[in-house]
Amino acid sequence: MPAVKETVEQVKAIDVDQYKYGFETQLEVDKAPKGLNEDIVRLISAKKKEPAWMLEWRLDAYRRWLTMREPTWARVEYPEIDFQDIHYYAAPKMNAAPKTIDDVDPAILDTYKKLGIPLREQEILAGVQQSKVAVDAVFDSVSVATTFKEELKKAGVIFCSISEALHEYPELVKKYIGTVVPVTDNYYATLNSAVFTDGSFVYVPKGVRCPMELSTYFRINEKNTGQFERTLIIVEEGAYVSYLEGCTAPQRDENQLHAAVVELIALDDAEIKYSTVQNWYPGDKDGKGGIYNFVTKRGDCRGKNSKISWTQVETGSAITWKYPSCILRGEGSRGEFYSIAVSNGRQQVDSGTKMIHLGKNTTSRIISKGISAGHSQNTYRGLVSAHRRATGARNFTNCDSLLIGNNCGAHTVPYIESKNGSSIFEHEATTSKISEDQLFYCMQRGLSAEEATALIVNGFVKDVLQQLPMEFAVEAQKLISISLEGSVG
Amino acid sequence: MSDVTPIRTPAENALIAAFPAARKSLPGNAHVIALREAAFNRFEAKGLPHRRVEEWKYTDLRTALRDALPLADALNVADAAALAQSDSCLSSGDAFAELDAHRVVIVNGHFVPSLSSVNAQGVTVNDLAEALSTGAGIDALGTMAKADDSALALNAAFMQGGVVIDIAKGASVDKPIYLRFIVMGQEARAIYPRVLVTVGEGAAVTLIEAHQGGDGIAYQTNAVVEIKAGAKSHIQHIRLNAHGDAAIDLSSLGTDLGEAAEFKSMNFVMRPALARHQVFARFSGEHIKLDVSGAALLKGKQHADSTLYVDHAMPHGESRELFKHVIDDEAVGVFQGKIVVQPIAQKTDGRMMSQAILLSDDATMYNKPELEIFADDVACGHGATCGALDDDLLFYLRARGLPKPEAEALMLAAFIGEALEKIENDSVREALEAQTQAWLLARAVK
Repeated sequence: MPAVKETVEQVKAIDVDQYKYGFETQLEVDKAPKGLNEDIVRLISAKKKEPAWMLEWRLDAYRRWLTMREPTWARVEYPEIDFQDIHYYAAPKMNAAPKTIDDVDPAILDTYKKLGIPLREQEILAGVQQSKVAVDAVFDSVSVATTFKEELKKAGVIFCSISEALHEYPELVKKYIGTVVPVTDNYYATLNSAVFTDGSFVYVPKGVRCPMELSTYFRINEKNTGQFERTLIIVEEGAYVSYLEGCTAPQRDENQLHAAVVELIALDDAEIKYSTVQNWYPGDKDGKGGIYNFVTKRGDCRGKNSKISWTQVETGSAITWKYPSCILRGEGSRGEFYSIAVSNGRQQVDSGTKMIHLGKNTTSRIISKGISAGHSQNTYRGLVSAHRRATGARNFTNCDSLLIGNNCGAHTVPYIESKNGSSIFEHEATTSKISEDQLFYCMQRGLSAEEATALIVNGFVKDVLQQLPMEFAVEAQKLISISLEGSVG
Repeated sequence: MSDVTPIRTPAENALIAAFPAARKSLPGNAHVIALREAAFNRFEAKGLPHRRVEEWKYTDLRTALRDALPLADALNVADAAALAQSDSCLSSGDAFAELDAHRVVIVNGHFVPSLSSVNAQGVTVNDLAEALSTGAGIDALGTMAKADDSALALNAAFMQGGVVIDIAKGASVDKPIYLRFIVMGQEARAIYPRVLVTVGEGAAVTLIEAHQGGDGIAYQTNAVVEIKAGAKSHIQHIRLNAHGDAAIDLSSLGTDLGEAAEFKSMNFVMRPALARHQVFARFSGEHIKLDVSGAALLKGKQHADSTLYVDHAMPHGESRELFKHVIDDEAVGVFQGKIVVQPIAQKTDGRMMSQAILLSDDATMYNKPELEIFADDVACGHGATCGALDDDLLFYLRARGLPKPEAEALMLAAFIGEALEKIENDSVREALEAQTQAWLLARAVK
């Protein structure tokens, strides 16, 4: 396997405790003052020149948020967050909205170049990459560029930032926003509803198979800011889209908050494939710094035979609190969740999924692989439930955990609730360490301990990696090895 | 939100109001009174558990326990004598009537020596009520079942009586010790029995508990059994819950396991309206083998909850859990199992399985098998399944001429049988198999 070989080389080449996206870009920035109040909410809305109903929606969310409390049920520990000590809006200064990619600040383009994200369409075409990927680049609080918009438009697909969608397609946004994750869903979702700044908007019309992969690349750059993005994907009858999401942030001693909301809507026979490679800065080996990742992601299979699949590779963030879920409302709809969560250092991961079976003959599948190393804590928390009327619901869940070293923890907390006699749920979970026998076998054939570990770990996560689009799979495989670097021996 | 203190329910108010008087009338020396008060304070602070308390998520006592009942009185001497005379009353409803065993009878939470007969070398049985007053032999009381739990706290505050059983070092008890808990009387009462068992090093014993009471009476029981398993001891514990069909039964088993101890416990639930059985097991030595299992046959609007907390605190431990629920009509089954492996507990081997068969569209099963692992060199796993009877198997049997009810009964008996197989004592296992058959027969006739 060439990818395995590459992984092994990658592991060797990189020093322990190195986060390769940890650089910071110096830019002139337009920032809102620190703190959170109604004026800030108004300011964000004004900056985005939003319609009046959106401002009302935000203010309503803000007022609700004031009455709510931070959830404490997750297995994560962190000092109290001072929500008044954050800039809720930070955007690179630009004279006017960039019309073409050439108007974008070269420093930002350079940042994305360093991250390996091509924003110039001709570069992508000239490159070796076979398949095209359209990118929406979100930098702190704003979307700085979206590629291939024109080409997608020809196919009828709308792909733009959510701010733009609020101007261009307000009716669509108004119809769907907040219908999957209600404003009052949870503490962080409500906060997001009040102060979200940007994110992506995708609309695929009836019968259209989106001609290329869509992706959003999130980058936190400014100090003391929070990133609150909102993504809304609507796929009409019989349509299909594959969407990728990537995230990185500079290496800093302080913690930064990232609270996103993602809503997916699949109508009759529609399919959404949503893949994430989350690589926020995880903090250093002593747990200093890193991103707090509190994310609400939910897909609604509204239509008959619709399908939503979540694939995630979680290697970054100091704290991850994330449960991409599927509401299986449509008859015969299907939800899938494939996850690899790698934690090292002092990272804390509490992640999983919810599969809520409401419709008849709905099916779901959960494959979760957790790898904990160093002093990290890695929890799978998931819910599978069948409603009274979900006749013939079917679920299969498999969550495996791998422990590397004696100072980490791996936990499994599944909730399996069946209220229908004809539904069949199966759940299995295992926790183990890398088998001495396997290690010995590999080492005896000339691999070093680290190479052998990389090989075994790659085998452990293979089921999930196979679900990722090609380009992402290679990237993800490298990432996993890097994240585990320094944990062997 | 979870930390909001809800308004007190009538039952909570009644329990709080009843405690000062109960504390004076219930047995106990100064030490026991202090224990009762501490437990009561814990209860008062927390109140009755409700669905926002994670461990009680699926069994909401705030709603289920409408009112607190007066404590049941002890049988007076004349009643006990009369009871002993009337053979029929005692033998009716006794699932283990035929069993050759040492008998200990506890009526309405009070030990009745005149009905009990234990005559085995190395075994002493004392009245807990007396021991609470004198303080003799109860040093270990409350040390096995120690979780921060409202049901445990309530029992510790209100415990009325029960027995203290001591099995001497090296003793191998010839026959099972059969603890028979009977609830009598037409008035619904609250009953808080407690049993403390100390099994000496290398001793071997089979303990059987059977609980029964009258149908149609909404009495409440909250029993705690604590078992201290000495090093290399070998214990088998079987509990049959055949409380009356309107009863609310809370029970807890706390055990502290010594080095290389082998402990098997099985809980079998048949009839009560609401049953919650919790097991708290702590591994205090190496090379311990623990096996906890359960089976429940539920129908009507029954609700049965099995909750486990297995704490692997020492290396080289092995634990096996197997729970089977058969759920008919609108009944609800709950399984919550938590295996914790502490950082030091290397080489732990844990396997937990919960299986449920839903026989009706309105049946509900909640499964929550949890693993919490802090040591790396372990092999732990859990599984949970939930579904209807397999159509293919059913078809196979019917194609061979078995009518549907019989085919179903055969499959269900096999399903429950997997858990019953763990019982080593043949006559005990056969008695429970007979109970299963009776339940299945009643269902097939319906």
